[in-house]
Amino acid sequence: MSETAPMTPSLWTRLSNPGHFMRWSGRLGPWLTVLSVAILALGLYQTFFAVPPDYQQGETVRIMYIHVPAAWLGVFFYGAMSLSAIGSLVWRHPLADVSQRAAAPIGAAFTLVCLVTGSLWGKPMWGTYWVWDARLTSMLVLFLIYCGLIALWRTIEDPNRAARAVAILTLVGAVNLPIIKFSVNWWSTLHQPASILRMGGSTIDPSMLYPLLVMIAAATLGGIALHLYAMRTEIMRRRVRTLTIREAERLDAGTRRVTPTPSAVPLPQGL
Amino acid sequence: MFDLGPHGGFILSAYAFTALIMVGLVGNALRDRAAQRRALRRFGEDRR
Repeated sequence: MSETAPMTPSLWTRLSNPGHFMRWSGRLGPWLTVLSVAILALGLYQTFFAVPPDYQQGETVRIMYIHVPAAWLGVFFYGAMSLSAIGSLVWRHPLADVSQRAAAPIGAAFTLVCLVTGSLWGKPMWGTYWVWDARLTSMLVLFLIYCGLIALWRTIEDPNRAARAVAILTLVGAVNLPIIKFSVNWWSTLHQPASILRMGGSTIDPSMLYPLLVMIAAATLGGIALHLYAMRTEIMRRRVRTLTIREAERLDAGTRRVTPTPSAVPLPQGL
Repeated sequence: MFDLGPHGGFILSAYAFTALIMVGLVGNALRDRAAQRRALRRFGEDRR
């Protein structure tokens, strides 16, 4: 008799296993949370006690330290959702739809923060809360796409059908991401051009840039920690759904066994 | 308290709104997790 060596599952298989995900995310989550809170504390201290007032914007520049990280995360989570949508459609990865669904409310919340804080900055600096500027409008469109995706999930009850529809709509909406990034270059906008990620380096003075990068790092780590937490909850929700269906089937089978005649079953009302 | 200048109201409003949304986001995540754990416990399962 020949002996066969036990097969080791590939990294891809292990990553796609929700049980495996629950184990590693459970260990990583608390560390990410503590780290993000510590970095946020440092960033807030720098924002209010180390960053000098801007020569043009004055103290109002401090709004940038929440506006820019929020804008980054609004776009970041949509990018993550687009990758997850490819994972859903092409590889039917079990965690891809979970990741997408968990990311949507977080991305929507950060996009809303970006819009409102930008508006509160715009009033004293531009003299208006809102203009139909290409950058502002494309961010508003991003927020509306997030809301549309969340609504679509709630409309379709079957998670598998919802996953496919949402994945397609997510990929259609991804065309907005380069529009957001390059809107300030393609059109004449009131919004200032790129000042951090640009050819030739950042235009921001290091005394203001480094605290901004600290705030971006804190928001990113916090957002990822929240995303992992929400993914774990989503896996639990799907487990509850499966168990509920099984329970209903079991009860249904039991009822059928004890029901003497089909005529004894009451007709559904109101149909 | 430090002086935030004539636009202090806008700055504080921006931070207050952000804090409100973040508290709502985290609070909703915790509430949702607690609800799913309760539901799983009813089926005799417990996950953290």
